[in-house]
Amino acid sequence: MKTVTLKINGTEHTAEVSPRTLLVHLIRENFSMTGTHIGCDTSSCGACTILINGRSAKSCTILAVQADGKEITTVEGLATAEGLHPIQEGFHLNHALHCGFCTAGVMMRAVELLEKNPNPTEEEIRWGISGNLCRCTGYNNIVKAIQWTSAKLQGKELPSTEPVFV
Amino acid sequence: MIAEDFKYDAPVSLADAFALLHQYGDDAKILAGGHSLIPMMKLRFAAPTHLIDINNIPGLSYIKEEDGFLKIGAMSREVDLEESEIITSKYQIFTDASKLIADPQVRNFGTIGGNLAHGDAANDHPAVMMALDAEVEISGQDGKRTVSINDFFHGFYTTAIQHGEILTEIRIPVASGNFGSAYHKAERKVGDYATAGVAAVVQIDDNGVCTKAGIGLTNVNATPMRAERSEAALVGSMLSETDIAKAAQYASEDCNPSTDLRGDIDYKRHLVGVITKRMLNRAIQRAK
Repeated sequence: MKTVTLKINGTEHTAEVSPRTLLVHLIRENFSMTGTHIGCDTSSCGACTILINGRSAKSCTILAVQADGKEITTVEGLATAEGLHPIQEGFHLNHALHCGFCTAGVMMRAVELLEKNPNPTEEEIRWGISGNLCRCTGYNNIVKAIQWTSAKLQGKELPSTEPVFV
Repeated sequence: MIAEDFKYDAPVSLADAFALLHQYGDDAKILAGGHSLIPMMKLRFAAPTHLIDINNIPGLSYIKEEDGFLKIGAMSREVDLEESEIITSKYQIFTDASKLIADPQVRNFGTIGGNLAHGDAANDHPAVMMALDAEVEISGQDGKRTVSINDFFHGFYTTAIQHGEILTEIRIPVASGNFGSAYHKAERKVGDYATAGVAAVVQIDDNGVCTKAGIGLTNVNATPMRAERSEAALVGSMLSETDIAKAAQYASEDCNPSTDLRGDIDYKRHLVGVITKRMLNRAIQRAK
């Protein structure tokens, strides 16, 4: 067993883990934060996406011991006492989820995407979320939500949240 | 899915890592980005008894031009290539390849050294490195040695790296003159391995004569493959449409693809021809 100490959403946590424990299991089972989902368990679908030191990562493909000393952000860390995070607001207003299973992962990925590229083109957004699968295939509204959030974070005029039928 | 149990160490120096490799013997594996190894362990295709995590060893991640070489530290991540000014301005072949490797989350962790050391003909960097005429630095307890990329891949998941050694640096001759490079792979969907991929590099003198050509092929041979006959056909030529067509035809004839879910042999050969032609044209465009 190894002792792992890490910060999750600003709070320090310690756990004794076997080296083969995956980070996603540490987060969900040891610390009972179940917002991070397990979809494919093969690093394909992105449902388990979290941020490690600000970098989006698939937590099903990272060992818990590798996160020792790191700062983790999960979907539970997005909202504050003041309200929803802009990406959550964007997803809410633009109906960017159907079943919601992929949502936490896509939002965590979008947070890093917008941090690195505050004003992405539609193509850059689509490549940027290419590691996240939405099996409801609700990609158009996800892209719209990220565009809305990009405008919001830059203080630009907000695009319409009216549904677009294609 | 959970891997078989193993012991884990995260040394903070190469010397400690070598000592652990010697202590644990053949069943120890190096953990770099982990995005090939951990999935294999979860599927129980690999079951090392010890993992030696080299992520905490400083000084293994850099991209710089020095002593006539572009030097890439083995622990540089795919994302580092995407964000490096030197790479995006001079070595666009990496930008082409990175974009097609897995997805952004995986590229945040996957390393260039790992992509080579894994020894998988389906990975993209091997062909790119062959086209660029790279050499790799392999370090061990007795010092460092340099191996040409042409002698690096020995077979399915086997490379020139011996037990107790770690790949530490990749060196590519600095791009000079009219240099152009490009990579593309046909993939069924984002994140898939290549159905077929081609890396092309050309250097052209001021009279328009090709002075150097490199062509590497992904996933159409048991090991990453260099299209030598294509390269020979290009060097000394004016890179006319006929020269390019000939190089493409040679690459398509010389590769050894096998039939799988991604396509049959004829289809893959055809793809190699088409992509070789396109990548040569793109590399030539970039060289101008």
